Amino acid sequence: MSTTIDETRAGGRRPGDAIFKGTAIAAALVILLALAGVAVFLLYEGIPGILGAREETDASFVSYVWPLVYGTLVAALIALVIATPFAVGMALVISHYAPKRIAKPLGYVVDLLAAVPSVVYGVWGITVLGPQLVPLYRWLADTVPWIPFFAGPASTTGRTIFTAGVVLAIMILPIITAICREIFAQTPTLHQEAALALGATRWEMIRMAVFPYARSGMISATMLGLGRALGETMAVALVLSASGVITLNFISSTNPSTIAANIALRFPEATGLAVNLLIASGLVLFAITFAVNFAARYIAGSSARRMSR
Amino acid sequence: MAKSIDVSDLNIYYGDFLAVQGVNMTIKARSVTAFIGPSGCGKSTFLRSLNRMHEVIPGARVEGKVVVDGQSLYDPSIDPVAVRRQIGMVFQRPNPFPTMSIYDNVLAGNRLNSRRMKKSEADSIVERSLKGANLWNEVKDRLNKPGMGLSGGQQQRLCIARAIAVEPQVLLMDEPCSALDPISTSAIEDLIHELKSDYTIVIVTHNMQQAARVSDETGFFNLKATGQPGQLVEFNPTKKVFSNPDEPATEAYISGRFG
Repeated sequence: MSTTIDETRAGGRRPGDAIFKGTAIAAALVILLALAGVAVFLLYEGIPGILGAREETDASFVSYVWPLVYGTLVAALIALVIATPFAVGMALVISHYAPKRIAKPLGYVVDLLAAVPSVVYGVWGITVLGPQLVPLYRWLADTVPWIPFFAGPASTTGRTIFTAGVVLAIMILPIITAICREIFAQTPTLHQEAALALGATRWEMIRMAVFPYARSGMISATMLGLGRALGETMAVALVLSASGVITLNFISSTNPSTIAANIALRFPEATGLAVNLLIASGLVLFAITFAVNFAARYIAGSSARRMSR
Repeated sequence: MAKSIDVSDLNIYYGDFLAVQGVNMTIKARSVTAFIGPSGCGKSTFLRSLNRMHEVIPGARVEGKVVVDGQSLYDPSIDPVAVRRQIGMVFQRPNPFPTMSIYDNVLAGNRLNSRRMKKSEADSIVERSLKGANLWNEVKDRLNKPGMGLSGGQQQRLCIARAIAVEPQVLLMDEPCSALDPISTSAIEDLIHELKSDYTIVIVTHNMQQAARVSDETGFFNLKATGQPGQLVEFNPTKKVFSNPDEPATEAYISGRFG
């Protein structure tokens, strides 16, 4: 018996294995090549923009791109701060609180949010959400102007970085919810029952057994949402009335722009060095998003290592 | 602290499916009561109905009465969370909380019960519980290491320490040794003997020698017939069950002539 096993192994190389291995490697290489191609393009076209920024804008590249980076990060962080608690709560309702026949449709509805095109969110933000938020901005500027975020004067159109953040929050909500929901549902029954048998209420059980188990996944989910918020173009380009300033004031009519929205708005009319400049700012966005994803991987990985110990 | 349990006419359902039918028994305080029987006959289901863990499963419900110390567990005014704080449980597979240290695992139940504890008080609970679970000498130098780093038998004793840290009235054990090697099993059995003086212990086991070794009274569960609900066939002192059982079915199961 053992000789037959050895023979097949020595004969090795079943054609099916070889073909599968080949296609898998080819697929991986194609993706790597595409990514490398994008990086090379960004560098090749972007570097002249970085070097020639002074001719084009009378300022260094850093002072050109910094307000955009700032706006990108602020809009994404506002989105994250708003979306994460809602997403985690929604995911918990679907995975642990709602009865099955309600949880399923609720999950579909949240997934449906991801199916709405971003331009629709943009139009909705500009025509509905923005004007609706104006009274809130006015109230904030009147009541708590000593908080730098709400210093006012309040925008009259509602096309502020805060509105853009809210729109982005709704757009990243389904991503975070979907991932958190999956991870919450995977929490081992054993750990949940351990907590319940000790006399934990459902919320205590979730804090004791579900959150520790799901922590790395929740971080990854948030980071993926952040990645989407950083790169989102159309909705921000439509909603935001940008003037390229750096300000902590989230509700006034002068707002920082974001890298992606800036490229979308300027690219059609850009020529020569201006194109290179825009591509260079795209390179910066690429680097930021890459760093965010890398950090997410690292955090998820270190938490997974701790769990497996 | 230890309490007796009176069960009368208990029917246990999963949705519409009747899993266990018509159980009547009295579990004595400060004794070990073992349940034996073939797989799927409802021993574990019955055990889980004693601390209202059964209803954690969607659709699961119970009819009948379980009375602990004059208090009916299934009375509408009773909060299942309060029941579980009084009646501890140890599971088939060791389940310490993976992100918690040994120290925090032991205190997990206490932290639920009381808002704030002094450090000295917490230390003494940890030491008392781990000593009670015969684990103190093995872990006293690494209390802040994760509980998952222990061996399977140590993890199970850690779970017992966690259960007794809140000083429950009753300790339920659902096949606590089935995932353990013989040495760890013997350590747990010794522990059960010692815990008997303070707690009412109910244990489900597939190992009949274990039932004979550790228990004072034994209940034999069996299916009425294939596809029928499980039932309590016989409930008697362990000596009698294993030497001269009332029911022929019990004798057949114990002697291995079981079809």
